[in-house]
Amino acid sequence: MKLYDGGKILAGLLIFLGLLSIPLWYQFGKSPAAPPLSLDTPQIRSLAQKECIEPADYMRAHHMDLIDLWRKTVVREGFRVYLSSSGREISMSLSQTCLGCHSNKEKFCDACHNFSGVKPNCWNCHVVPKETI
Amino acid sequence: MEESRRRFFRIAAASLLALGAKPLKTLGGYGGGSFSRLGTEAPRRRWAMAVDLTKCREGCRDCIEACHQVHNVPDFGNPKDEIKWIWQEPFRNVFPAHEHPWMAREYRRLPVVVLCNHCDQPPCVRVCPTQATFRREEDGIVMMDYHRCIGCRFCVAGCPYGARSMNFRDPRPFIRQIDPRFPTRTKGVVEKCNFCEERLAQGRLPACVEACKERALIFGNLEDPASEIRQVLQNRFSLRRKPELGTQPQIYYLV
Amino acid sequence: MLEKALSGSRLYWGWVTVLVLLMGIGAFHYLQQLSYGLGITGMSRDVTWALYIAQFTFLVGVAASAVMLVLPYYLHHYKAFGKITILGEFLAVASVIMCLTFVIVDLGQPMRAFNVLLYPSPQSILFWDMVVLNGYLFLNLVIGWTVLASERKGLPPPGWVKPLIYLSIPWAISIHTVTAFIYAGLPGRSFWLTAIMAPRFLGSAFASGPALILLCLLLKRATGFDAGREAIQTLAKIVTYAMIISVFFVLMEIFTVFYSQIPEHQHHFLYLFVGLEGHGALVPWMWASITLAAISLILLLNPQTRQKEGWLALACGAVFFSLWIEKGLGLVITGFIPSPLEKITEYMPTRPEVLITVGVWAMGLLILTILYKIALTVKEEIGSESHSTPGE
Repeated sequence: MKLYDGGKILAGLLIFLGLLSIPLWYQFGKSPAAPPLSLDTPQIRSLAQKECIEPADYMRAHHMDLIDLWRKTVVREGFRVYLSSSGREISMSLSQTCLGCHSNKEKFCDACHNFSGVKPNCWNCHVVPKETI
Repeated sequence: MEESRRRFFRIAAASLLALGAKPLKTLGGYGGGSFSRLGTEAPRRRWAMAVDLTKCREGCRDCIEACHQVHNVPDFGNPKDEIKWIWQEPFRNVFPAHEHPWMAREYRRLPVVVLCNHCDQPPCVRVCPTQATFRREEDGIVMMDYHRCIGCRFCVAGCPYGARSMNFRDPRPFIRQIDPRFPTRTKGVVEKCNFCEERLAQGRLPACVEACKERALIFGNLEDPASEIRQVLQNRFSLRRKPELGTQPQIYYLV
Repeated sequence: MLEKALSGSRLYWGWVTVLVLLMGIGAFHYLQQLSYGLGITGMSRDVTWALYIAQFTFLVGVAASAVMLVLPYYLHHYKAFGKITILGEFLAVASVIMCLTFVIVDLGQPMRAFNVLLYPSPQSILFWDMVVLNGYLFLNLVIGWTVLASERKGLPPPGWVKPLIYLSIPWAISIHTVTAFIYAGLPGRSFWLTAIMAPRFLGSAFASGPALILLCLLLKRATGFDAGREAIQTLAKIVTYAMIISVFFVLMEIFTVFYSQIPEHQHHFLYLFVGLEGHGALVPWMWASITLAAISLILLLNPQTRQKEGWLALACGAVFFSLWIEKGLGLVITGFIPSPLEKITEYMPTRPEVLITVGVWAMGLLILTILYKIALTVKEEIGSESHSTPGE
């Protein structure tokens, strides 16, 4: 197979790949620190045991799966109570349960999401309860 | 094209197809959680509502205001974009087949409350291409899954009662006062009355029923022979909208 | 063969430029629609399907019309159509792509369109419509391209194309039977709840599609491609019969509705042809459609005019626009007027809506132009090759 204009094609390909991979090498060596997430809300302060629905590292990695599962279960199957792995019965609600404790959405949810470039569209519909100080 | 170049493209296309067909798997476990219904074992249920037309007061909008407030239904202020879950229509629009010239005027102009009929054989569910609207087996409520709806409006075309509304625009700016206990919807999905299934899950009556001061709305479980709705349907004559279509609507009108 | 579309006359490039411009304008307004919502169109709570779905409905018919060229040639060995089946197949490709685009453009949440595949719902006709439309697109693309490529090399097409061609014939019927089922299965819409919906779709498809092909052939006569007098006249006869059948079906509907005197059924037709309760936005359109249909039938039934290409082209244009109005405007919008609660909400498309529609049509016409340019150029090349003798 003869490659006509091989020089131009390969040069163009290299430039294209370079541009495409900019996010990978542009920040090489300097990785900005993850933003500090604030757990300082009146609801969390008043909790006897400071634990989330599941352990924190699980929540950090899988909270989107949990929320996804909750929404499917509440809407499509009509179950509203979640039995956590530690045996607690929790009402499956994003606005009421999750934001019930994490009422500082901007300093908690949004801080990390903005940093990682994630735009969950839950808030188009789900109402953010007024932030209480 | 040369044969070898053709082979290259063929193999590339086939590989891409194979990669794309890899099934998506959900990630991780769920921390060991499981689910249960709130409360006790679910008895057999078929929710229905009877509307006592003799009790509706002229000019009263209590049920409508309560429903639209509690469910964050927007008010766009124009009939084109209008969204309504429950509203009033004159008798002759709701029961066109029953109207005749010798009917008393107060009957012809009687305000009749209309809403989703939560049919037993809903055409809207039949036509939905994603099952975003579906009928709950356990209690007969025709539900909306706003996460899945693609906004094709086939259900709106399929509903013989005009009970469904499409969000042609973003509703948020047009909600008078957002109730934080219930989500709003977003533009591009279809919505309708949900028989207050979130309130029923807490053992409460639908908002419209609770708000009606004249007790014109009777809500209950048709599977329970002792329920008020069963009594009232047994003792009084009732009409349903377009029963000849076979949809088995569950809103009964007591004349 | 795609490179054939990259060289053309100034007329060709001028046409392509106009189409691309229209596509750009359409795309811009579609972005506005994505941001504002479908409320930017004239659709309302009552009239919930309008211009976009009307175009989709009409174009499904045009797409299926390919079968009117394929069936005589492959099933009945009608040699005269040999040169032009490719035009039918490529028209099908462009039309189906337009259909699918109009559906996407009409969705409230187009980013969720994949849900139809993720959650297959065989009880929903829309699911089957997606299946048959995509299948038909694939079939025609593969068949058309392979046959054309083989022709170009002077070889018979590979054996596996034959079963695909035979499959495309019932498949063409299925695409608009299924599309008709979208309307004909809804219990709440008395205007559409008629068994004749699918036959009506077929009738108008087999008139409007071949009329468009015929128009292209007659125009092409001016630039060199000759399909042959027999092919053109047979196509003209097909258009004539299909148009007669279409008009007949509409008259059947009118009889049933007005002889039975059922008010609910009458209301829709009254709205269309004379207006209802002071509302009559579609009345002039419907009478225009009837006039065009009458003109087309007069021209087509009379052999003196049918056999003269100037009159024939006029007749084809009349057929196409008459059926576009009837299927594109008259069918879809009227299903919603009056509403299930006996209210009349009229519909008027908005400027963004029209521009998006024009943009999608421009995209379809561009695809058609490119495909036809390829097909006709290939045929010209083969034609000139077979005419040159060695040593010249």
